[in-house]
Amino acid sequence: MKRVGVFLCWCGSNIAGTVDVGKVAEQARRLPGVVHVEENKYTCSEPGQAAIVKAIKDQRLDRVVVASCSPRLHEATFRRTVESAGLNPYFFEMANVREHCSWIHTDKETATPKAFDLVRMAVAKALRNEALTRGSITIEKRALVIGAGIAGIQAALDIADAGHEVILLEREPTIGGRMAQLDKTFPTLDCSQCILTPKMVDAAKHPNITLYTWSELEKVAGYIGNFTVTIRRKARGVDETLCTGCGVCQSKCPVKVPSEFDEGMGMRKAIYSPFPQAVPNRPVMDRANCTFFKTGKCKICERFCEAKAIRFDQEDSLIEVKVGAIVTATGFDLFKVEKYGEYGYGLYPDVINSLQFERLVNASGPTDGKIKKPSDHEIPKSVAFVLCVGSRDEQKGTTYCSRACCMYSIKHAIQFRDKVKDGRAYVFYMDIRTPGKSYEEFYKRAAVDYGVEFIRGRPSKIFSRNGKLVLKAEDTLLGRPIEVEVEMVVLAPAMLARNDAAKIAQTMSISYDGYGFLNEAHPKLRPVETNTAGIFLAGVCQGPKDIPDTVAQASAAASKVIGLLSHEQMATEPMIARVSEALCSGCLWCKPICPYQAIEAKTITEKIQGKVVSREVAAVNSGLCQGCGACTVACRDGAMNISGFTNDQLLAEVDELLGASRPACAAE
Amino acid sequence: MATSQEPVIVGFLCNWCSYAGADSAGTGRMVQPTNVRIIRVPCSGRVNPRFILRAFQRGADGVLVSGCHPNDCHYSTGNFFARRRLLLLKRYLEYLGIEPARFETHWVSASEGQKWAEVVRSMAERVKALGPSPKLPSLL
Repeated sequence: MKRVGVFLCWCGSNIAGTVDVGKVAEQARRLPGVVHVEENKYTCSEPGQAAIVKAIKDQRLDRVVVASCSPRLHEATFRRTVESAGLNPYFFEMANVREHCSWIHTDKETATPKAFDLVRMAVAKALRNEALTRGSITIEKRALVIGAGIAGIQAALDIADAGHEVILLEREPTIGGRMAQLDKTFPTLDCSQCILTPKMVDAAKHPNITLYTWSELEKVAGYIGNFTVTIRRKARGVDETLCTGCGVCQSKCPVKVPSEFDEGMGMRKAIYSPFPQAVPNRPVMDRANCTFFKTGKCKICERFCEAKAIRFDQEDSLIEVKVGAIVTATGFDLFKVEKYGEYGYGLYPDVINSLQFERLVNASGPTDGKIKKPSDHEIPKSVAFVLCVGSRDEQKGTTYCSRACCMYSIKHAIQFRDKVKDGRAYVFYMDIRTPGKSYEEFYKRAAVDYGVEFIRGRPSKIFSRNGKLVLKAEDTLLGRPIEVEVEMVVLAPAMLARNDAAKIAQTMSISYDGYGFLNEAHPKLRPVETNTAGIFLAGVCQGPKDIPDTVAQASAAASKVIGLLSHEQMATEPMIARVSEALCSGCLWCKPICPYQAIEAKTITEKIQGKVVSREVAAVNSGLCQGCGACTVACRDGAMNISGFTNDQLLAEVDELLGASRPACAAE
Repeated sequence: MATSQEPVIVGFLCNWCSYAGADSAGTGRMVQPTNVRIIRVPCSGRVNPRFILRAFQRGADGVLVSGCHPNDCHYSTGNFFARRRLLLLKRYLEYLGIEPARFETHWVSASEGQKWAEVVRSMAERVKALGPSPKLPSLL
């Protein structure tokens, strides 16, 4: 016979104010299996927990039900209490009579019977609770960081500094990401390269970091502590071990194509390194544009390469690595500003986007830092910066605010005024958002010290008149239409999730939102974890943010990884799927429905009527299973169950609620 | 059996969104009718149509399933399966003689306490208007 103890919490007056706890106690005593009922002012307090421990010992309880607040608040607390009394923690069950009863009702007459219903449902479930044991898995003490922008580099360095191996994966030829493209960073106007490139070198030289550039994530299998990751190392066309990075190949290459790194503002060769400070300093061959791959002739680079490092016949290779944790730092794309046809991007060469401006103003950019109009290479005397191109615009772009555009456009305006002393800078804005340390001061400086002219209004049209660009807008502060004539326009595009973010998310079985940004496990309390254990997020792949926030998040993700990798073993949650092999027919309908690929076929041999036969059944990988229970519904045989939420337990709650005890309760 | 009593609505709520949403409604003291009894499940995808049939067999006046918003499932895809299954079940229930208003599926996030309270209020009202549920014959 099971011996259930029921502990009814008053929660001060939170519960006792609307529920007649004494009456519930009196009724609970009559429930089958219940041998002990006790009230307490605060069950979660030290004396409250001690009372549970004492009762377990004195009354030889083997099931404990606490009727108090939400299990989301104190289930873990009471499980520990029960465990400390020597009882399996999963023999504990909770009735939520505060959030789901006393707090939402005002009438004691109706709230009390409802509270009793919740208690007897919990008792019915507890009677069917089974002893569960947490498993343990060995942790592979190595981390994978996907994406080597500032987020990935920071996370990799932090993890590596803590003494763990890191594999840093980057699909571009060099690490550095978006930050490497920038000239200066707000609000300090630090040179971006000066603060980033040393970190890039540190990452490349760190004894604990293995760098794979020009490589892509192919496949992720496994689970927390034990991921097996397949990486595609794209054919570089260059033997990295022989190449000295002298750069002769790119200077001799006869092909010129627009440079992606310079956002089309400059040119690169068909064998190239995106920028001089690239890490690793090894070029890649762009086969789509290489004359040899197009015509079968050329090979000039090979002829001039003294190190004999050019490899036209190199092929992609796949490598497999084992890691215990993964940090996803895949970054962002920019909104295609040509979607605003009225702004004339693509039509007027002097309408550019902010990242292109960034390359123009960059000392190592295609114009050596001179702000020149793309049309005639003259220095513009007036520039308009248009904010929210794609941000905060449900019609054409996205609903959200991209968070960094106000600040970097103010920075651009300051940089322009700095370089062109007699120039005029206009910023067209809806709202200026400066939520950051020293950000508002930076904005004030732009307006006061640099004379940047801020116009509150979104341009409705940009058109050409007498060789100038005219922005037509409504100045919403003056409440009248205006036209501003400038020589160059810079559009601040929204930050978007990578166009292949969904593919990345699916490869790793993590979720993403309607915009394609990867979802954190909890927006406030678990900001760098994902809902897939062992996978963490850093940087803009999770949502738009600026560099300080990105770096903070990267270090946070790294600290989570370091915490995980500091253990040899980790405990696994026992409330996961389990198969009754006797019932399983081996149809494996459960397999495709599982979001974690946790179910595999397994062959078992058994004796049936004296004959040894082997047959296929489903097998659950306890490391992968997260206990969602989708498989239990797909199972036609009723062979699949979730421990702690078994069919039997859930039906017992239904039966108890609507069954025999009900009229007795309601009659009182 | 549900003649002289307040109607009883059984709610299957996913642990991550809707159960937490109902908690938020409680924390915000959003007063609701007393008709709903909540059963916590890991995911709306865990809700077997059998559970709902059983509730109606035992005399529930209404059944409510609530999970995370589509695309927001803690387990990525569970609520998509729930949505498809439960849509079919609703039509099947109607065929069995259970009025469609007695069975509802909702998506309530952890922060939507207000929405949860509204779901409870409106469903309780509709179920009360329908009167006692025709009890399904037990097939077991």
